[in-house]
Amino acid sequence: MNKGKAFIKRLTGYRLFLPLFCLVLVLFSNLIKTPGFFEVTIKNGVLYGYIIDVINRASDLVILAVGMTLVVAASGGTDISVGAVMSVAGAVCCFILSGGQQSVNEFVNPYILGVLAAILAGILCGCFNGFLVAKLKIQPMVATLILFTAGRGIAQLITKGQITYIRVESYKMLGSSIPGIPIPTPVFVALIVVLLTYVLLKKTTLGLYIQTVGINAKASKLMGIKSAMIIFLSYVFCGLCAGISGLVASSRIYSADANNIGLNLELDAILAVALGGNSLAGGKFSLLGSVIGAYTIQALSTTLYAMGVSPDQIPVYKAIVVVVIVALQSTELKRMVSKLQTNVKSGKKVA
Amino acid sequence: MKKREKIDGKVFLLIITILLFLVMYAAGLIIFKSKGFAKPQVFLNLFISNAGLIVIAAGMTMVMITGGIDISVGSIVALTCMMLAWMMEIKGMGAVPALVIVLIMGIVFGLVQGFLIAYLKIQPFIVTLAGMFFARGMTAIISQEMISIKNEMFLKWAKSKINLTFLGGTVNKKGVVNYSFIYPSVIIALIVLIGIFVLLKFTKFGRTIYAVGGNEQSALMMGLNVRRTKLLVYVINGFLCSLGGFLFALNTCAGFVEQAKGFEMEAIASAVIGGTLLTGGVGNVFGSLFGVLIKGTIETFITFQGTLSSWWTKITIAALLAFFIILQSLFAKAKEKH
Repeated sequence: MNKGKAFIKRLTGYRLFLPLFCLVLVLFSNLIKTPGFFEVTIKNGVLYGYIIDVINRASDLVILAVGMTLVVAASGGTDISVGAVMSVAGAVCCFILSGGQQSVNEFVNPYILGVLAAILAGILCGCFNGFLVAKLKIQPMVATLILFTAGRGIAQLITKGQITYIRVESYKMLGSSIPGIPIPTPVFVALIVVLLTYVLLKKTTLGLYIQTVGINAKASKLMGIKSAMIIFLSYVFCGLCAGISGLVASSRIYSADANNIGLNLELDAILAVALGGNSLAGGKFSLLGSVIGAYTIQALSTTLYAMGVSPDQIPVYKAIVVVVIVALQSTELKRMVSKLQTNVKSGKKVA
Repeated sequence: MKKREKIDGKVFLLIITILLFLVMYAAGLIIFKSKGFAKPQVFLNLFISNAGLIVIAAGMTMVMITGGIDISVGSIVALTCMMLAWMMEIKGMGAVPALVIVLIMGIVFGLVQGFLIAYLKIQPFIVTLAGMFFARGMTAIISQEMISIKNEMFLKWAKSKINLTFLGGTVNKKGVVNYSFIYPSVIIALIVLIGIFVLLKFTKFGRTIYAVGGNEQSALMMGLNVRRTKLLVYVINGFLCSLGGFLFALNTCAGFVEQAKGFEMEAIASAVIGGTLLTGGVGNVFGSLFGVLIKGTIETFITFQGTLSSWWTKITIAALLAFFIILQSLFAKAKEKH
């Protein structure tokens, strides 16, 4: 009996227990309404099914969440421009590949040029955000608010207010699948981004520095860490991730739709970080937690879609989840609850 | 000596804003002279089309003086318009009860957000970001289709012109004199503006708001009720958001999901351009009024020019916001060095 209790305590004490528990809970709740949720079939040589859909669709979000985790950890703020940066990256890529035309059937410029330009656009947006936050010391969310609104406007200008189509098979591969490989390509892209970031953070001191800066920027500066540089780099990296994510999203629909690429994804990315058990106040972080968080959100979205909720309405449920999570993280709430408990206890004693 | 410098910095930002507006308007007078930019009506239209924004920017200024921010305002405007349209057109309610209900909705929204921010100490940005998505999603839940408002009383409120005869008028071909006019919404907006100005400058509550924004710790030590002040500010802001949404609905006479997108940015930009510091403690609603007028002038330029896409408004506002934010941060740095 005691052993069992100790086991449960050790299990629940494990840092990633809660995020994993949420993910499993969301996934299995589908069995009630959609019994075939876990079925996987093969259609045209590609794996197919709800569960594959969750893993596939979550890829964009996983990539974003990786960048967002570092931003939150280093600066204690969030980058709300990621969705808009995605649409800029998609627009830039399609603009280069189509040479400014509205619809093309073959690449006007080499594919790699479009990819590089899109990633560069993401990095530039990240630099802009990073400069405002790290050098000018503006609150992160206000600084990123500028691109949050202007970003889609810029993307509209690049695509001249229209949807640019790239009707080339090889352009669709990044967002769908490569012939002969049954697993969708975005899954691999997400895996590569996560692994590279993980290795980068573990094998260099960067991960440690980010946590140190996030916990106390002034103290780390006194210790000789260039706090401003670390914060700046975290925003640049976040921009890079948004660029890659934008490429994948644009490839899915083989076009640049400035209004809809990455729409509402900024909230999802923040939510993924929070769901992963990371404090939104910065400091210690778990990359794996955020990744699990991202899959949980996609599972939630897919579940809601399967129930017939329209995409416009989904933000309502997500907003409620965000508020509940941050409220649970709040130390003030804990204090209020413990105060209430002691009041109740002392009240009992008097009685 | 030190005190004087501080005041100079504040006034300097406001003077830049007013000068910027005057220069822009003068430029408009020169560039678009042939298209009738000089008519008094063009100036009055700035107020007519931005009545809602003036009210919301006033609320935003208050929130920002406490050191907070509210990015849910655009979505609340959309929700207000949609609720008004839905209640009057689908449910057949009268205009007055519908108005009362949306105003209560705004207050409740402000109450919840204010509680989370002031009492649970969650970052205002996260709370209002969630509020933004919540309100927009609720708009979609009410109706995904656009609903036009055809309620007679509502249209009467929206379209009753108030002629300003002293500004003179133009005589058209049929010999009818067209006076310069405003709508009742402008009067409501100006009353709110003056009300908030008096509240901030001449009441104990208003001075507490400045104290809380200037330094929360000191305000607490002085025995001011920081939490209650913050909560009340968000409640008033919520009320002003739904009132602003009502004025906005008077202009558009419709409710739809995509309405007032990016409105939060315009309100924040107006306040920042008007000299409200993002760090809190400094701000003036009349500065924000000039912020709104600058945004209106940019829009008028784009309309008069005729070929530019409306996306340029957003990009110009974002650029102006970036410029003023950088200016503020340079001022803050210069102050640190003294």
